[in-house]
Amino acid sequence: MSLWGRLTGWIVLIFGLTYFALPLLGLTEFSLKARRGVYSLDAYAKVIADPEFQATFGYSVMMALVTIVLGILIVVPTAFWVRLKMPWARPYVEFITLMPLVIPAIVIVFGYIRLYNTSSWLPMTGSIMGTNLLLAFGYTILALPYMYRAVDTGLRTIDVATLTEAAQSLGAGWVTILGRVILPNVIPAVLSGAFLTFAIVIGEFTLAALLDRPAFGPYLQRIGANKPYEPFALAVIAFGITWACMGLIQLVTRFSKHSKVAR
Amino acid sequence: MSTASTAPRRRLPLTWLGLLPFVIFVTLFLVLPTMYIVIGAFQDRDGGFTLQNLRDLNTGTIPSSYWISIKISVASSALGCLIGFGMAAAVVFGAVPKTIKAPLMTFSGVASNFAGVPLAFAFLATFGPVGLVTLFLRNNFGIVLQRDLGFSILSFWGLTVTYLFFQIPLMILIITPALEGLRREWKEAAEVLGATTAQYWRMVAFPILFPSLLGTFALLFANAFGAVATAIALTGSALNIVPIQLFAQIRGDVLGNPNLGYAMAFGMIVVTAIANIVYIWLRIRAERWMK
Repeated sequence: MSLWGRLTGWIVLIFGLTYFALPLLGLTEFSLKARRGVYSLDAYAKVIADPEFQATFGYSVMMALVTIVLGILIVVPTAFWVRLKMPWARPYVEFITLMPLVIPAIVIVFGYIRLYNTSSWLPMTGSIMGTNLLLAFGYTILALPYMYRAVDTGLRTIDVATLTEAAQSLGAGWVTILGRVILPNVIPAVLSGAFLTFAIVIGEFTLAALLDRPAFGPYLQRIGANKPYEPFALAVIAFGITWACMGLIQLVTRFSKHSKVAR
Repeated sequence: MSTASTAPRRRLPLTWLGLLPFVIFVTLFLVLPTMYIVIGAFQDRDGGFTLQNLRDLNTGTIPSSYWISIKISVASSALGCLIGFGMAAAVVFGAVPKTIKAPLMTFSGVASNFAGVPLAFAFLATFGPVGLVTLFLRNNFGIVLQRDLGFSILSFWGLTVTYLFFQIPLMILIITPALEGLRREWKEAAEVLGATTAQYWRMVAFPILFPSLLGTFALLFANAFGAVATAIALTGSALNIVPIQLFAQIRGDVLGNPNLGYAMAFGMIVVTAIANIVYIWLRIRAERWMK
């Protein structure tokens, strides 16, 4: 590589890295400035003591967990069945799972509000439980592209047909095959899909705000308009969670590479 | 007797039943809601067919909101492609040590998912009225961002610069495999035939990469066009882009016509769908070289 090439490469990279570092630095610095003149963790202390933070954060964590369970229940059997019995349907199923990337979330939730309102055939927005459920279903749809890809990639690395036949010859039913044979074999893939789902759901704003549920994303936006330092502390926390989820994905992927017996 | 009872059962095609839960779920919570919006865009208040809603998109502030949304999406995707390509190229072609690649890819994975409200706060804390960079420039150089450079975080360029935070990483994630797919033999073959580096890039590498580049541009465009949370948290309702206007319409029917809201949402689907079709089509073309 020529000197010019190296120089340009370094300049571009340093420019890019500065661009990424500055906002994170600015965010962290600002979140520490709650006390005049010195850096302190005051904003963090205030935020964590705020009962509304605890409530909304708890709600979003709960939602994320429900979404992950729903996602696994829908995606694992479907991806398994497509690989085993209907390989011709794979492009179609894959296409459908990519649709949430094409249709903006705001449009999907707009449809929910009109289709499942109190005067419709399935009045889900009529009760709190129904709205919670609708929100979880919406999140499952948003996470579908990531979850499906993760699980499908996981299934590619195992011999689905042989495993199924072996289990069937030992007398296992479909539930046993899925729960005790297939799922344990693709658990690293499922986990990386789950962590990504968690990262998406925890800070999600559009769906929760328009369905009027007390989630972390809308809370963050609301106090952003009212409080001076706390929102920035919250943003640091949110970034930490995203970072932790991605770190866990890396860890799980690395772990899974070593868990296989050499053939 | 047993063969007689199992033989007809085999002929019944029941395998599709396994897909039923998925199909029902997706129909109820993805297809039907979207269809409802699309059909609503072509209906008047009484449910009759009309094109008036689509015509009404050309009234009031709606055309300008589409226009500014498209401009922000184009600007942030173009810059995202350019900078992301530069960074990926610097790492892949060995201008900088290879050890940077793994952390850069991990970081890109995180940053491409770090959209939404927290991202808006990060940029407010940095380029906002009392942000880190704003204060630094003012105290040390006497430069006021807004007055001297005409830069405000609550503006077109402010939003574009903020969107770049998830656009650049997305570009790096997608283009790195494509760059790694450029074979050393192609460059060597070009050199043997007497090509300069510039000629190799212009006549060999660029034409091969072009579908990937344009396809990623389309994906980045759709990504920026549908972003709601970042824009709302950053500018409130100061900047009149499509997602913000649609958000206000869903909250309180500010357009005074629900079917016009459907038409707006339909317009969003059309724009992102076109961008994605371009992406998928170009990706298929690009993959011919990436075996």
